[in-house]
Amino acid sequence: MTYQFDFSSLLPYWQQFAEGLWLTLQLSAISTVLGFVGGALCAIARADGPPWLQRVVGAYVEVIRNTPLLVQVFLVYFGIASLGLMVDANLAAVIALVVNVVAYTCEIMRAGIESVHKAQVEAAECLGLNRRQTYWHVVLRPAIERVYPALVSQYVLLMLASSITSQISAEELTAVANRIQSDTFRAFETYIVVGLLYLALSFVVRWAFWGFGMLVFTRRRKLGTAL
Amino acid sequence: MSVVVKLSNVHKSFGPLKVLDGVSFEVARGEVVAVIGQSGSGKSTALRCINALETIQQGSIEVCGHAVHDEKLDKRKLRLDVGIVFQSYNLFPHLTAEQNIMLAPTCVKALGKKAARDIARDCLARVGLSEKADHYPEQLSGGQQQRVAIARSLAMQPKVMLFDEVTSALDPQLTGEVLKVMEDLARGGMTMILVTHEMAFARKVASQVVYMNKGKVWETGPGSMLDAPTTPELRDFVGSGL
Ligand SMILES: Nc1ncnc2c1ncn2[C@@H]1O[C@H](COP(=O)(O)OP(=O)(O)OP(=O)(O)O)[C@@H](O)[C@H]1O
Ligand SMILES: [Mg+2]
Repeated sequence: MTYQFDFSSLLPYWQQFAEGLWLTLQLSAISTVLGFVGGALCAIARADGPPWLQRVVGAYVEVIRNTPLLVQVFLVYFGIASLGLMVDANLAAVIALVVNVVAYTCEIMRAGIESVHKAQVEAAECLGLNRRQTYWHVVLRPAIERVYPALVSQYVLLMLASSITSQISAEELTAVANRIQSDTFRAFETYIVVGLLYLALSFVVRWAFWGFGMLVFTRRRKLGTAL
Repeated sequence: MSVVVKLSNVHKSFGPLKVLDGVSFEVARGEVVAVIGQSGSGKSTALRCINALETIQQGSIEVCGHAVHDEKLDKRKLRLDVGIVFQSYNLFPHLTAEQNIMLAPTCVKALGKKAARDIARDCLARVGLSEKADHYPEQLSGGQQQRVAIARSLAMQPKVMLFDEVTSALDPQLTGEVLKVMEDLARGGMTMILVTHEMAFARKVASQVVYMNKGKVWETGPGSMLDAPTTPELRDFVGSGL
């Protein structure tokens, strides 16, 4: 029993693969940026906000972290539809991914914020820095530097998990693959190609994050050690 | 001589625990006051009250014209006049020595990068660490970190400096280099209040020694007081070789 590989029948579809790859990259990039900003704000609210806000954010984080991403994607998609609005699948995908990754970012960032010793904040206040300055320079900056590796893992995972949005037919890489394999009846080859494309994308994304980290975290660049 | 810091009948409790029980003392401009006493006698708490890191329940504290006990105190204005150095240095680990020092002048006094850097360089020179400007805290010894912390405080040109056991975490040699910096400061006319276990240093540098016991100022006087204590408690304390 030998399987005859035939990758050549996929060749005519290279442009569709490329478009899917591009959309996956876009979905991930937008979700990462929004997820980081939203997650950071949630972490601040969770760590230092008023008690009611801490509870609200805490509940949100728990709900998201304890339900499947696929279900969240469907809830967003059909939720928008139930409001009688036209649903753009790509937009619904971004919203669902952001809602998801904000929760995870929040937890990671909170750990970073809580790792900053109270004495550091006291020292900054004693130097006359106001609350906002203290928070930015003495709490958030070292916190972000400290949890950066965990954030990178999370955002690579997000990029891979974006394949789930193929279920609401967002036109990203996996959705493209689903279509191509049903056109060509070359499912195995198609998913091998797609798997390799995700792998390559992961490497590129990790490399980009590494470069960005070296650019932003001077101390890491000079000492080569984690904060 | 004008009074820079004045505590009058200060009471402070943490819950049921009475830590300061009617503390009063005065510090004149240019004076160096050494606060000594057993562990738990309330020395750190007294220092923290002066800098409004703790609120007091009764009494009054005046620092450079600021009514520290007042609820309406502008803490940021107070802290422009008061510098504090802690036992644990508390340098910011993600910033170099120079950046640690530049942070407050740029944030608080809105100085430009260049002006702030000049100040940082100057302060580092004063603590003898010019060549360590670009080092990160973890690359410095404890004594060097503490001197950077002192320089960081100096950069804001405070009118009075508070030191809370700044050499307690250091071995004798490193202690020496930090004490030397403090002695230079004292000689330069800086008003200083220091909590210390370094009796020899207190005797030599302090113009006034405050011995605290059980939340009270038990005995106070010039450095020579340590050679002839009047209360048995201070006699025990000095005799115990601390
Ligand atoms: N934030 C706090 N909450 C509750 N109790 C406190 C707090 N800070 C200090 N205390 C208590 O107040 C008492 C006095 O503490 P303080 O730190 O002022 O002593 P100290 O004289 O500086 O001692 P040491 O020489 O060990 O530093 C101690 O019993 C301490 O446990
Ligand atoms: Mg103490």
